[in-house]
Amino acid sequence: MDSVADTPRKSMLRQNLAEFWYYFSESKSAVVGLAFLAGIILMAIFADFIAPHDPTIQYRECLEHAPAWGEEKCNFIFGTDYAGRDMLSRIIYGTRLSLVAGGIVVLLCLSVGIVFGLLAGFFRGWVDTTIMRIMDTIMSVPGLLMALVLVAILGPGLLNAMIAISITYLPHFVRLTRSSYITESSKEYVIASKVAGAGRFRIMFITILPNCMAPLIVQGTLSFSTAILDTAALGFLGMGAQPPAPEWGTLIAENRDLMLSAPWTVTFPGLAILLAVLAINLMGDGLRDALDPKMKRS
Amino acid sequence: MFYFVLKRIALLVPIFFGVTIMAFGFIRMLPGDPVAALAGERDMTPERHAEIMLKLGLDKPVWQQYLDYIWNLLHGDFGTSVLTNRPILDEFLELFPATIELGLTAMILAVVIGVPIGIFAAVKRGTLYDQGIMGISLVGYSMPIFWWGLLLIILFGGVWGLTPISGRISFLFDVETVTGFLLIDALLSGEEGAFASAMHHMILPTIVLGTIPLAIIARQTRSAMLEVLSEDYVRTARAKGLSPLRVYGLHALRNAMITVITVIGLQVGTLMAGAILTETIFSWPGIGKWIIFSVFSRDYYAVQGGLVLIAMIIMSVNLVVDLLYGMINPRILHTSS
Repeated sequence: MDSVADTPRKSMLRQNLAEFWYYFSESKSAVVGLAFLAGIILMAIFADFIAPHDPTIQYRECLEHAPAWGEEKCNFIFGTDYAGRDMLSRIIYGTRLSLVAGGIVVLLCLSVGIVFGLLAGFFRGWVDTTIMRIMDTIMSVPGLLMALVLVAILGPGLLNAMIAISITYLPHFVRLTRSSYITESSKEYVIASKVAGAGRFRIMFITILPNCMAPLIVQGTLSFSTAILDTAALGFLGMGAQPPAPEWGTLIAENRDLMLSAPWTVTFPGLAILLAVLAINLMGDGLRDALDPKMKRS
Repeated sequence: MFYFVLKRIALLVPIFFGVTIMAFGFIRMLPGDPVAALAGERDMTPERHAEIMLKLGLDKPVWQQYLDYIWNLLHGDFGTSVLTNRPILDEFLELFPATIELGLTAMILAVVIGVPIGIFAAVKRGTLYDQGIMGISLVGYSMPIFWWGLLLIILFGGVWGLTPISGRISFLFDVETVTGFLLIDALLSGEEGAFASAMHHMILPTIVLGTIPLAIIARQTRSAMLEVLSEDYVRTARAKGLSPLRVYGLHALRNAMITVITVIGLQVGTLMAGAILTETIFSWPGIGKWIIFSVFSRDYYAVQGGLVLIAMIIMSVNLVVDLLYGMINPRILHTSS
């Protein structure tokens, strides 16, 4: 239904998007980051078609084979690992794990962080104090150490690593939501909607929340890249995804003994982590410049 | 000033209790029977089980266990390691200098390189130099440091054979522990080559641990400088005809340093997290490696004690940074008290 009231809202959204894209595309590096990330996402989705080999098949006659192409036997562009598995295919399938892990961490942080942040900002008083002191406590321990301790309780594994990492990032999201909520809540449009008789949940989620989203989106993007890094770090320490899962950090850990005799088994997975994280950070920088109202030249 | 200090310390009290509750809860949330987990023994007889329960105080009500725990903490008793049967605090203090030593050299590297290149990038804003420096620092910021460490080991240790790849000093030297800081102890020992060997062992871990703080400091110095450079007093200084060195090095830098010092202070947490990975890669006998070892060997009292001690150290450093910030930027003092 395209009623009269809907039309201006739609065109406003389009205008906002166009404005956003205008500022975002000003930074070439941000566009490159976005394109690269899109490539990685496609690679993850179509891993079954792109990967030259099955990531779990062990080519016993090609153990620790150096990168080679055009050869008759053992034709592996990125070489093979200690069990004769194709490194390239393992890395391609690893994008799935890393992207999903990063994505779930960000979604968990956003949803839980927004709810706690709104509660703290709306109710203030003891609710606010309790929530914020808990967040301060989480923040007083370095993220990786906190995640390690949480995984020690929950048990090693990719899912538990994601939960643990989410908990360590949560304070940033709660603080951001709370502070932008408090700033927004004293503005006139909020008072107007209160006067018009809007209920507290309507004010929290429909009136104010959309106006707090810009910094949250930026924080979410930056957390996406650090989540990939921390998932890989936990995998490397043996507390994240467990072998034979081809998670990038786990790949480095399982081939670590070979790093001097077969350096490609360690080099390529790490390069994959670096490039993915770099692409997301490039995009995040562009997003921040495009969405940050302080920087906006209007 | 007095109220400012008092207020900042008062803010830490709830966090201290939060951390202790968390550390206390950690042991109780472990899967399985806590007695078996904490004692590290299997197939205990019921008598032995009861004996350990009594010894660890697990038979008391939970609130009393927590009060006992706090009481012990305040008396410097952080529990006993199940593995070595030694007080956690002793083990921690024995290994901590190695971590501080590495953390300090990494921080020095980060500041000595990061601040100047940040200033340079800001002054040369928009040029190729600026873009190059910012590009490289973004790569550094995105670096999985465990892989970075392995890469350096492959190149410098393996291919070129330039540096040692693990430990703090060559096994040829037997340096007596005086301060725990090996560089100082090596000098004190008077053994020929000991200091050089210790320095040689520090190169790779320092680079690896310093990479992310270096990138962050360079980026933050740049943006702090950019903000300051657009201020009126900088324009005035330039209009007065002062030399660029004086304008940037004195007028601008001094004000930009307020931000930079805060950023440097905030890196302590990053360093601690980085130390876990760096020390594991280079077999550096410090706190990071110890914590990982304790997690894997299920020495839960050690993990718990380490958690509280590290949190307390970071809290104190942040307090000092806060107070420093108040001192160099008097505006903060007046607005908050």
